[in-house]
Amino acid sequence: MSINNEFRPKIVAFCCNWCSYAGADLAGSSRLAYPADVKIIRVPCSCRVNPMFILRAFEKGADGVILCGCHPGDCHYSTGNYYARRRMTLLFSMLDYMGVENGRTRVEWVSAAEGVKFSTTMNEFVEKIRSLGENVRLGDLRCKN
Amino acid sequence: MQRIGVFVCHCGSNIAATVDVKKVVEMVLLEPGVVHAEDYQYMCSEAGQAKIGAAIADKKLTGIVVCSCSPRMHEATFRKCAERYGLNPYMVEIANIREHCSWIHKDMQEATEKAVILARAAIAKVNLNAPLQAGESRVTKRALVIGGGIAGIQTALDIADAGYEVDIVEKTPSIGGRMSQLDKTFPTLDCSACILTPKMVDAAGHPNINIYTYSEVEKVSGFVGDFTVDIRKKARSVDATKCTGCGVCQEKCPSKKTPSEFNRGLGNRSAIYTPFAQAIPNVPVIDREACLKFKTGKCGVCEKVCQAGAIDYAQQDEIITEKYGAIVVATGFDTIKLDQYDEYAYNQSKDVITSLELERIMNAAGPTKGHLERLSDGKAPKEIVFVQCVGSRCSDDRGKPYCSKICCMYTAKHAMLIRDKYPDVNVTVFYIDVRTPGKNFDEFYRRAVEEYGVNYIKGQVGKVAPQPDGSLLVQASDLLDNKQIKMKADMVVLATAIEPNQGVRNIATMLTASIDTNNFLTEAHPKLRPVESPTAGVFLSGVCQGPKDIPETVAQAGAAAVKVIGLLAKDKLTTNPCTAKPDELLCNGCGNCAKVCPYGAITYEVRQVNDHGIREDRRLANVNSALCQGCGACTVTCPSGAMDLQGFSNRQLIAEVDAICR
Repeated sequence: MSINNEFRPKIVAFCCNWCSYAGADLAGSSRLAYPADVKIIRVPCSCRVNPMFILRAFEKGADGVILCGCHPGDCHYSTGNYYARRRMTLLFSMLDYMGVENGRTRVEWVSAAEGVKFSTTMNEFVEKIRSLGENVRLGDLRCKN
Repeated sequence: MQRIGVFVCHCGSNIAATVDVKKVVEMVLLEPGVVHAEDYQYMCSEAGQAKIGAAIADKKLTGIVVCSCSPRMHEATFRKCAERYGLNPYMVEIANIREHCSWIHKDMQEATEKAVILARAAIAKVNLNAPLQAGESRVTKRALVIGGGIAGIQTALDIADAGYEVDIVEKTPSIGGRMSQLDKTFPTLDCSACILTPKMVDAAGHPNINIYTYSEVEKVSGFVGDFTVDIRKKARSVDATKCTGCGVCQEKCPSKKTPSEFNRGLGNRSAIYTPFAQAIPNVPVIDREACLKFKTGKCGVCEKVCQAGAIDYAQQDEIITEKYGAIVVATGFDTIKLDQYDEYAYNQSKDVITSLELERIMNAAGPTKGHLERLSDGKAPKEIVFVQCVGSRCSDDRGKPYCSKICCMYTAKHAMLIRDKYPDVNVTVFYIDVRTPGKNFDEFYRRAVEEYGVNYIKGQVGKVAPQPDGSLLVQASDLLDNKQIKMKADMVVLATAIEPNQGVRNIATMLTASIDTNNFLTEAHPKLRPVESPTAGVFLSGVCQGPKDIPETVAQAGAAAVKVIGLLAKDKLTTNPCTAKPDELLCNGCGNCAKVCPYGAITYEVRQVNDHGIREDRRLANVNSALCQGCGACTVTCPSGAMDLQGFSNRQLIAEVDAICR
């Protein structure tokens, strides 16, 4: 998407229902702005995010994917975010190897009370993706409009 | 293909001011499956819901998308609405175009484009939704209250009066909590003990209340309606069934040099002790770290003097396992540590004290028998300085960013009581702001100033320096007269910030209740559900949720009790149908999913399957939907992709990804 030819990245944010999605809601109700490039998908827990979803996002032209969950120890389901952390560590190193720079993927813990952190994280992440430019490595050319 | 209706809410101007709702309606009508779209000012209102109902009937909708506020706000509302008009409630999806769009973006074009994309994602998802049926689970009609202060006692009494059994678990040897340490209470100046101790007695004598003191919650499992809790009953070394509470053991105990926790370390207690005279239960505890019998093996005085034969040195910790339908957290607060506040010389001078220590000094049962005296030399102070906001409203990380809320009022109370009892003592209060919102609060503060002549100075204290003559030099700024002040004081009282009690983080983790950056427990909704935690079946009472005074605590305790009673009054609860479901043709029985399930909801069984005409026995995963809480950990672990989560299926989430990246 571009307005005035400026690069507008596509960013998918997976947020767990209990902490980070609520943190994003708090950012919203506190009017803490972050760029419209970020689109949030609600998942019950960060451990619901299958690496496949992230690969799919890159294949479909996403420029960055961020996964947000509860702080370690605070998972609503006790242990979900630990699984997410391990899975993403593996996935992100593999993605880096494949040429999708580490900066395009991120895991962040945001609690329901951290509206400010949510907004700051998203601003930083969008800034980072803008500096990295368009993602070309995994994009499936057949998916391009 | 579904027949989808999209309903775009203006939310007054909350959404419509930044999102072109007409444009969203126009755009979503182009999406596959969408047969109806409309916008309305308030979709959640009765009229709005009626519009949804009419469209369900007229357009024979099979799925709906509401573009509105967060699903955490109104998903339940719209699900109920769908159900009322004959649509399965799980055929509803929410596109959050308020919190995640209109409230954070300013540019209308940008916000509208984003709203359309969020709507598309929800449409793509609802296209793949399937009707789900909620199951039922039973309710254990018994509640657990963690913490035996005024919050916990009041909650327990209210639940017990409604006819349900309640257990209170209290960490210290007696119930009573912080309030039992206070001398007088604002703004009525009635005596704290006189209003608290009858409640303690009521709780102890209530047929529906069971109190575990000197006990801690050790493990929590289960979910709303059916929690299983392990309680560690620490060894008291005294048999509570035999002890008569005569107190001779405490009198005769030779080890009397342990700082009394109850008196905030201002006096000493014996190794065998009850925290205070009105303790409930009136059964002492042996502090094994201080007791000579435990330290050296010699002594045994208490055993010799106990006529009832209640002393039991061999007593062991006991683990009690109980089932509960609801859990209330009422763990209360403590004052922050002042180690990092060198400027107030708290650690250097005995005459610099916290307000809670002053409460003990003012109390007739306290270390000075209620006489106002300097702890260094026992002399009566002539000049007392109060410092407000010590560690509250603090921008650096030594203190807390929030207002502790109670300090302005108790400082006015202390100042007034001192001026009343010792009219020749000068009292000066340094404040940043005086905050007195509450019934009769400002009148109370004004009485302190006008009637009792307390000297209030707006300004911050920069330094308290102990002088060779034993006095304290207070340096402060007077912000109204714009000058520096140096004054001598005999005593300095610090209105120290309050923080949630130690250990609340551990309890929150056990309960999977969320906690904020200041360790206060988070409410399910800050305005509409203030006494519920986001975790179903866990409720909040008192300061563990945020700073509050006694009347507010009692009110919240009652509110939490009502929520618990409402839950326990039900025989069955409907369960979340968004649970994991294995595809028996894909499952290879590897066992990975059971390993990651935090609820033990997955078992394996050998079942006959019909795989494209071939019938054979296979080992297959089986999900107990009553236990499954729907986290989805198993779905990602499954190597063959057999496990999926209803309501958040792989296809649904991928459809959302695709819609966003389109």
